[in-house]
Amino acid sequence: MTRSVALFATCLGDQLWPEVVEATVAVLERAGCRVTFDPAQTCCAQPAFNSGYHDEAKAVARAFVEVFERADAVVAPSGSCTAMVHRYPELFRDEPDWRARAEAVAHKAFELSAFLVRELGVVDLGARLSARVAWHDACHALRELGVHDEPRRLLRAVAGLELVELRTGESCCGFGGTFAVKFPELSTAMLDHKLSGLDDRVDVLSAVDSSCLMQMRGRLQRQGSRVRAMHLAEILASR
Amino acid sequence: MRVSPLTPETFADNARAALADATLTGALRRATDTFAERRAAAIGAVPDWQELRTRAAAIKAHTLARLDAYLEEFTANATKAGATVHWARDAAEACAIVRDLAQARGSKRLVKSKSMATEEIHLNAALAQDGREPVETDLGEWIIQLAGETPSHIIVPAIHKTKEQIGALFVDKLGIPPSSDPQLLAAEARTRLRAHFAAADLGISGVNFGVAETGTILVLENEGNARMTTTLPAVHVAVMGIEKVIPRFGDLETFLRLLPRSGTGQHLTTYQSMLTGPDPMGQGPRELHIVLLDNGRSRIVADELMRQTLACIRCGACLNACPVYQSIGGHAYGSVYPGPIGAILTPQLQGLHSAGTLPFASSLCGACKDVCPVKIDIPSLLLELRRRAVAGEQVPAAPSRGAAPTTSKPARRKPLEALGWRVWSWVTRSPARFRLATAFARLGQKLPFAMRLFGPMRAWQSSREAPKLAARPFRDRWRGDAR
Repeated sequence: MTRSVALFATCLGDQLWPEVVEATVAVLERAGCRVTFDPAQTCCAQPAFNSGYHDEAKAVARAFVEVFERADAVVAPSGSCTAMVHRYPELFRDEPDWRARAEAVAHKAFELSAFLVRELGVVDLGARLSARVAWHDACHALRELGVHDEPRRLLRAVAGLELVELRTGESCCGFGGTFAVKFPELSTAMLDHKLSGLDDRVDVLSAVDSSCLMQMRGRLQRQGSRVRAMHLAEILASR
Repeated sequence: MRVSPLTPETFADNARAALADATLTGALRRATDTFAERRAAAIGAVPDWQELRTRAAAIKAHTLARLDAYLEEFTANATKAGATVHWARDAAEACAIVRDLAQARGSKRLVKSKSMATEEIHLNAALAQDGREPVETDLGEWIIQLAGETPSHIIVPAIHKTKEQIGALFVDKLGIPPSSDPQLLAAEARTRLRAHFAAADLGISGVNFGVAETGTILVLENEGNARMTTTLPAVHVAVMGIEKVIPRFGDLETFLRLLPRSGTGQHLTTYQSMLTGPDPMGQGPRELHIVLLDNGRSRIVADELMRQTLACIRCGACLNACPVYQSIGGHAYGSVYPGPIGAILTPQLQGLHSAGTLPFASSLCGACKDVCPVKIDIPSLLLELRRRAVAGEQVPAAPSRGAAPTTSKPARRKPLEALGWRVWSWVTRSPARFRLATAFARLGQKLPFAMRLFGPMRAWQSSREAPKLAARPFRDRWRGDAR
């Protein structure tokens, strides 16, 4: 059965890494989905919400709901943005009408790897990448969406790919949105701890969230590391 | 090491100073990793761990919703058992009660076992005013007292210290020959503390649980010092936060399985003292006084959104799991309660005006929520406190009847930041304005000098390369391939 998927590119994906979004489209199509993109979309509102500005977040969240409420399924290459959409009902707790509309959208919003494995039952996408890949569990994907096995199963099905776990396990990369610039030294200390879990032979560091990758890639580049940061979608789209 | 008292307002500076101290960060990393590993091993052997957490959360929610009734039941039953129950609205009242008890009985030599409630009310300083400063008898607390510091962890007060630093402290304060052998240092402490126990005429403790049904108080510990503090002196004064009450003795079955495993990774603490009134055998204290401490708690109870903060059983698991705490330790929080629980509790106890930074000092990774034995949703409470901070609301929202007048001032306004988010929202809720704004950003990006005028960009680039806006965003590429 062909699933119709409304793509949420995420603001960062749209503006900073269109190649990640294109890879997401390619992967979804390869999995048999019909992908649509509504250019009226912008952002999930998480930056304002996490900063405490709920009225400002609500205005953006309403726009999101209006764009996506007619979709069958909303898929984003991000656990954090998806988790934010899942928080909309809480954001609209005092507005019953919007709360109901938000709940409807939240129920059909999925992070990419969870959608592929849980909803479509797809694991092998015929991808090929010769690399030793370390996996970073993005906090919101892991703890708010329970995404843990899904990306690992997808990566194990990639020909030529060797999946390794980080010695620093499930610890946070220190991004945390505005936290990364409000407390840059602290954010960097958390980041350095996370990266200390990479072994010498890792080629690629991957995650389901571009924001974690932005944080980790920024540090790896500053340090002149040979480790590349790649989004899961980019790996799954590799041939 | 520390020169001026740290406060939550100086969190960013405190954190920076902590990060520059390699001895501190090394000690913290080793200790928190060890505790987290032990916890994981201990709970791995409990098949119904999640059910236990759910039950504990339900008991706490039930109790907090009827706290007044359970406190009355506890008071009645503790009194029936021979204890004297005192009610303290705030820190000053609680300190005065203990001071007056000591004064009236002419107590001169006081000993104390580890207690966060007495840290919260700064009891030692209050008693020191008339020459009655208690000797701390928990090894970690004793070290901290010798060093003139404050605890940096809820259950491991000296977690920030290495054995070398403790050895040097003992050489300096006790005149022992140089050593950093933990066995030898502990033996030295034991000898010194024995003398204090033998001479003590008043013992002060905290309370882990107060059972309403029986009027029993529980004190959990590993060193036997709390057992001695609560049994050797003629008078025992227990300071108990009002949220420590649980309905039934049978509820302990749940909490005693959760607390030691979550805290130290033990199946059971070495000692669980259950005290119902003064010692009925006539061997222990002649008097037991229980000081029920409010100090802002009844205001938190009245705030339904924030109430779950008081479910905390002070196990310290959230500290050990927190990447912020692991990096900088407890002192940087500038408050008695550090770590994730401190970041939600402190602003509610002392107000967002002075502690409004703490809810923002988190990457919202959620590790704290995962390990919390009573399932406190700390990330959601951090988010709610952030909302109240920027909305200029007070915490807790509503002062309860009969409670001491609130001193909690709202957080300082940040008009520029607020304007920034209003503009962000106005831009982002419209695809046309979003397109225009990102086009301007593309132009700005061509002027690295201009980008560096932007504070957040400077902060980012202090340690990380900045990403570049794509020449063509996805939305333009999508239209371009004519689907």
